[in-house]
Amino acid sequence: MTTLTPILTKNWDLPNSFTLEGYGDYSAAKKALGMEPDAIIQAVKDSGLRGRGGAGFPTGMKWGFIPQGDGKPHYLVVNADESEPGTCKDIPLMMANPHALVEGIIITAYAIRANHAFIYVRGEVVHVVRRLHAAVREAYEKGYLGNGIMGSGFDLELVVHSGAGAYICGEETALLDSLEGFRGQPRLKPPFPAVAGLYAAPTVINNVESIASVPSIVANGADWFAGMGTEKSKGFGIFSLSGHVTRPGQYEAPLGITLRELLDMAGGIREGHQLKFWTPGGSSTPIFTEEHLDVPLDFESVGAKGSMLGTRALQIFDETTCVLRATLRWTEFYAHESCGKCTPCREGTYWLKQVLKRLEAGQGGEEDIATITDIADNILGRSFCALGDGATSPIYSSVKYFRDEYLKHFEIGGCPFDPALSTVWGPK
Amino acid sequence: MTYSPEVRERLETDAKEIIGRYPKTRSALLPLLHLVQSEDGYVSDDGHEFCAEILGLSKAEVVGVSTFYTMYKRKPAGEYHVGVCINTLCAVMGGDQIWSELTEHVGVGADETTADGKVSLERIECNAACDFAPVMMVNWEFFDNQTPESAKQLVDDLRDGRAVSPTRGPKKLCSFKDASRILAGLPDDLAGDGPAASGPSLEGLRIAKANGWEAPK
Ligand SMILES: Cc1cc2nc3c(=O)[nH]c(=O)nc-3n(C[C@H](O)[C@H](O)[C@H](O)COP(=O)(O)O)c2cc1C
Ligand code: SF4
Ligand code: FES
Repeated sequence: MTTLTPILTKNWDLPNSFTLEGYGDYSAAKKALGMEPDAIIQAVKDSGLRGRGGAGFPTGMKWGFIPQGDGKPHYLVVNADESEPGTCKDIPLMMANPHALVEGIIITAYAIRANHAFIYVRGEVVHVVRRLHAAVREAYEKGYLGNGIMGSGFDLELVVHSGAGAYICGEETALLDSLEGFRGQPRLKPPFPAVAGLYAAPTVINNVESIASVPSIVANGADWFAGMGTEKSKGFGIFSLSGHVTRPGQYEAPLGITLRELLDMAGGIREGHQLKFWTPGGSSTPIFTEEHLDVPLDFESVGAKGSMLGTRALQIFDETTCVLRATLRWTEFYAHESCGKCTPCREGTYWLKQVLKRLEAGQGGEEDIATITDIADNILGRSFCALGDGATSPIYSSVKYFRDEYLKHFEIGGCPFDPALSTVWGPK
Repeated sequence: MTYSPEVRERLETDAKEIIGRYPKTRSALLPLLHLVQSEDGYVSDDGHEFCAEILGLSKAEVVGVSTFYTMYKRKPAGEYHVGVCINTLCAVMGGDQIWSELTEHVGVGADETTADGKVSLERIECNAACDFAPVMMVNWEFFDNQTPESAKQLVDDLRDGRAVSPTRGPKKLCSFKDASRILAGLPDDLAGDGPAASGPSLEGLRIAKANGWEAPK
């Protein structure tokens, strides 16, 4: 049986966990500043840490791509845009434990030799923005940020930068454009940010949880981290359970835990109901059903079953939920958030929305199922960035597992579900 | 520009502080748009002009950016800008019903403001609080685990000037303009208010402790 491993969440129940007093003395940063920067990069490589923002790219390898001795400024940008539907881990992490992030930033910036770092946080979370500013201020006051930090020769400026409402700004190159003061639209890759990122200088962009995990690796060693998780998906991560579960919330566990195990801890599906479908890692990851309860939640195993680990955003829906309704609503999200730069995504998400509306209202026909998968075929792999690809996930996977439910809508000329039954206050 | 000299001077002082944090000045554009929104309650014509002037951009460049982002309002938001999450998870858990009952109750629809200027409503996307569904936000502070009744009560309280507190935020809700100032990078001193974490955020930790589970040493 897999058990929980509170590390980043460990101090969250202290009333002052978000202050230096409730966090600790930045001993990992102190240790790091006494190490060779390359040794830190090597330790993170050895730990097996992979990006916690969704794609799972090896973090140490990404840092290793930064050209050294190139005479250019280097930048570290933390992706705190957290807007993928279902994803709700970075926001409580920054609310309760912002110093883990700040300490991780110091270590990372030192390792990649950056003297300027940014936290790009979505704007719609004012209290989290307050907590970040307060943590950064405390760190400056203690001499953990600024010039010659902790008595070393290393200087680091850290800026908290609030976004303004755009899911696409979570895409790393759109984020950079936004941080430079432009519309947040993705850039062509290559060049990758490690070569030409912020202000065309070498830049590392990492997710909040990735960076916040770094102090624990420096403090406890790469082997300690690699001792958790699976062979290729090492370490721990925060799993976010939401929806029709008895006790939704944040569960920090080794990668490779299963939904069955997590549901056991969370008191199961809400009383009197059964699991119908779920997302392993946000709305851009194809949905799973009951048959996937025992799939280890690691990058490889989830991929092998046709979905993605993504952000471990486990949105749980029981048998009262109409899968067409869910698919339509996610599709409306992608249409709303499409940045408009490329045609397949801009037009495709619009048309998907139109056809799905008809389908959900029971006014479509069987040929419309082919229409939506055709449109998806014209988006997937043909879009400029991964937002377009993500938009096709609910389409393909809902048709794959719930074709009958699509048909049922035409048969009865409407939706067979009563949305009142799905609500928190619905009849038991 | 119609800003009075005093307002302009104050905005300039703030703007210079913000600009000074960035290696390149244009990076300050998003914060400055939040700043002018904190003055006017939306990004006004004056606000656009101010940002353009101080950053040496054309007004068209600034408008091109501000219209891309949903948080910048093109007409005055209410003193309390109320969002109901209607992304899939919250919608299913009751957000759709909250939205329909609330709009009926308040008598304004999406992106509209009540005649008294107190409350504006918005259908918002996932706000990274799904474990607290259904979620509402007022001036981008969390109001977790809402019901149609609590939502209507909340808006009534706001309109009648009764104090309300976010579930995870400051004791007293601040105005839309004040919130915009924080987003500009000029925070107030309320970071210590509210819980570190609560409810679902602590569920895993609580279970780990109850079972004596820890990370390896
Ligand atoms: C549409 C879209 C939205 C994204 N949103 C986020 C986000 O909010 N946070 C995040 O860390 N990564 C997000 N990503 C992934 C980033 O592009 C990038 O892979 C990640 O920040 C890298 O950090 P990591 O290697 O530490 O995971 C998004 C990607 C896409 C295509
Ligand atoms: S895929 Fe969508 S979001 Fe990405 S560049 Fe194209 S239009 Fe923009
Ligand atoms: S779906 Fe409403 S907060 Fe995530």
